[in-house]
Amino acid sequence: MSIFEAILLTVITASTPLVIAALGELVTERSGVLNLGVEGMMIMGAVAAFAGAQMSGSPYVGIVCGIAAGALFSLLFAFLTLTLVANQVATGLALTLLGLGASGMLGEAYVSVPGIRLGEIVIPVLSDLPVIGHVLFRQDLIFYLSIALVVGVSWFLFRSRAGLKLRAIGDSHASAHALGIQVIRTRYLAVMFGGACAGLAGAQLSLVYTPQWAENMSAGRGWITLALVVFASWRPWRVFAGGYLFGAVTILQLHAQAFGLGIPSQFLSMLPYAATIVVLIIISHNRRTTLINTPASLGKAFVPER
Amino acid sequence: MRIELEKRPDVSKLFAFVSPLLALALTLAFGAIMFAMLGKDPVEALDAFFVEPLLEVWSLHELAIKAAPLILIAVGLAVCYRSNNWNIGAEGQFTIGAITGSYLPIVFYDWHSPLVLPLMLILGALGGALFAAIPALLKAHFNTNEILTSLMLVYIAQLFLDWLVRGAWRDPQGFNFPVSRDFAPEAVLPAIWEESGRAHWAFIFAIVAAVGVWFMLRYTLKGFEIVVLGQSERAGRFAGFSSKKMIWFSFLFSGALAGLAGIAEVSGSIGHLQPAISPGYGFTAIIVAFLGRLNPLGIIASGLVLALTYLGGEAAQLSLGVSDKVTRVFQGLLLFFVLSCDTLIYYKIRIVWSRVRGAA
Repeated sequence: MSIFEAILLTVITASTPLVIAALGELVTERSGVLNLGVEGMMIMGAVAAFAGAQMSGSPYVGIVCGIAAGALFSLLFAFLTLTLVANQVATGLALTLLGLGASGMLGEAYVSVPGIRLGEIVIPVLSDLPVIGHVLFRQDLIFYLSIALVVGVSWFLFRSRAGLKLRAIGDSHASAHALGIQVIRTRYLAVMFGGACAGLAGAQLSLVYTPQWAENMSAGRGWITLALVVFASWRPWRVFAGGYLFGAVTILQLHAQAFGLGIPSQFLSMLPYAATIVVLIIISHNRRTTLINTPASLGKAFVPER
Repeated sequence: MRIELEKRPDVSKLFAFVSPLLALALTLAFGAIMFAMLGKDPVEALDAFFVEPLLEVWSLHELAIKAAPLILIAVGLAVCYRSNNWNIGAEGQFTIGAITGSYLPIVFYDWHSPLVLPLMLILGALGGALFAAIPALLKAHFNTNEILTSLMLVYIAQLFLDWLVRGAWRDPQGFNFPVSRDFAPEAVLPAIWEESGRAHWAFIFAIVAAVGVWFMLRYTLKGFEIVVLGQSERAGRFAGFSSKKMIWFSFLFSGALAGLAGIAEVSGSIGHLQPAISPGYGFTAIIVAFLGRLNPLGIIASGLVLALTYLGGEAAQLSLGVSDKVTRVFQGLLLFFVLSCDTLIYYKIRIVWSRVRGAA
């Protein structure tokens, strides 16, 4: 395997969780709900996936546990913001704080336990292609899922009837409600889809990226995910491109450290966070385009008239 | 079964007061269940967590030490949140305040003067304010989401501190440990009442800040401006208030308080810089602000409650052998219950058992 292939592989590994979690949040936000709890759902997914894999001996059980943990944890958020119409920003923060605490407590027994790595699935014929064969067709299940999700979410949002309804709710919940669309129920499902995706992204962290459990191992990726959705102006394929851009920045930073450029490692570690800020500035400074792209009901509470 | 909300004609004064207490009670109940599931006697555990730390004088001092940064930061955040500016990066402003304030006692170690301490505090507040100016500038001029930028800056601040204490500011006599040199005695924030415990002046700053902001919000035009712009930017604009200026004001103000909390913590409690100077005060202060109803006097009370969760966590670790992560779980639960109980202030909650919607 050439160095080029090796770098591409690490970029993919670093990008996959960002793409998955951002797609989930994109669907949630398209329905008009701003869930800032991605970091919390992701870390809960990571610890649940690790624990599930340890107890069963199978990383695939771990993946299921991660997805379930993310989805169940997001229900807390959904109940508070959709049923009890609590402030979405504050509730999302609560979800993150609780997730970071609870995952630390649940995962305490697993610190420095050797992890189980998710194996690769070799696709016959295609995997023999030069360069891309090794990079794209000898990957783990979660990578294939991430690609399927990009295609699936894109199709769902723009080609399906249910997706049209979901977007309508995100743009005007009052009109959608008047048309007889189930606003609250759809939003519950959208939030849970976001949670499931964040959980899957967390599973990738503890089963593929670094197959072990460490406290706070999500390291702000959930927050970067939120920036990615803004960056992508709520479009799935742009989430995909943006996720890989950020993954590349993360890996670049690691390689730069390995080469020892004379820049202190801490400054290189700042790069993904600084890049997030720069990207946000570039995307947001044109007020008009942001307004056009943002789902109009985003973050607004909906109480049906009775 | 379905839960329906019915908007109250008026905001419920009763529930505005009762809901934080209800949230506390629910958190305790869930805490008891959690301890039972961990195999501990719930009564004994809650006693060790929430009561025993209050029974000794030295322990009350520790409570004041932990409450001080929480109250200082939360009071600033309340101004932000009330004006609809979501500063989530207080942890970073706290860290930068600690760094800029430590400049004098570390770099000018040999300068001895009674001026050192006041200058440190000013530098700390300035540092915090300048760091908070970044998301303010980005929000005011580039329309950038302040939640995300202020949060990204937390990671940057922590990495910067890490670099300083491992590099430029490392104690030459520190046996290669990543710590700065210890502050000279005149750079240490004095204790309030030395005979009985360690509590230092930061607690007094916190109380003064809380009362001052309470006065500002209640009796001054600035306070009115904050509330109006927070509730409706449009209404504020008609009244001649500028939301751009409010972004600057609220961020600089909360940043300065967080920075002051940072330098006060380092100078009063730790005595030097090290890679970890905060057990998440900047994030916990968000809970403090909400539990205190974004009211500075309420924040004094809620700051003491959240400080108790830190102390209780330490005590429970020693006496019960449970993980100190329990503290974080308690804090997260509390914020959840506060937010859900707040619904009662604005809405009546009805549980509908039948599947058919009743004629209203």
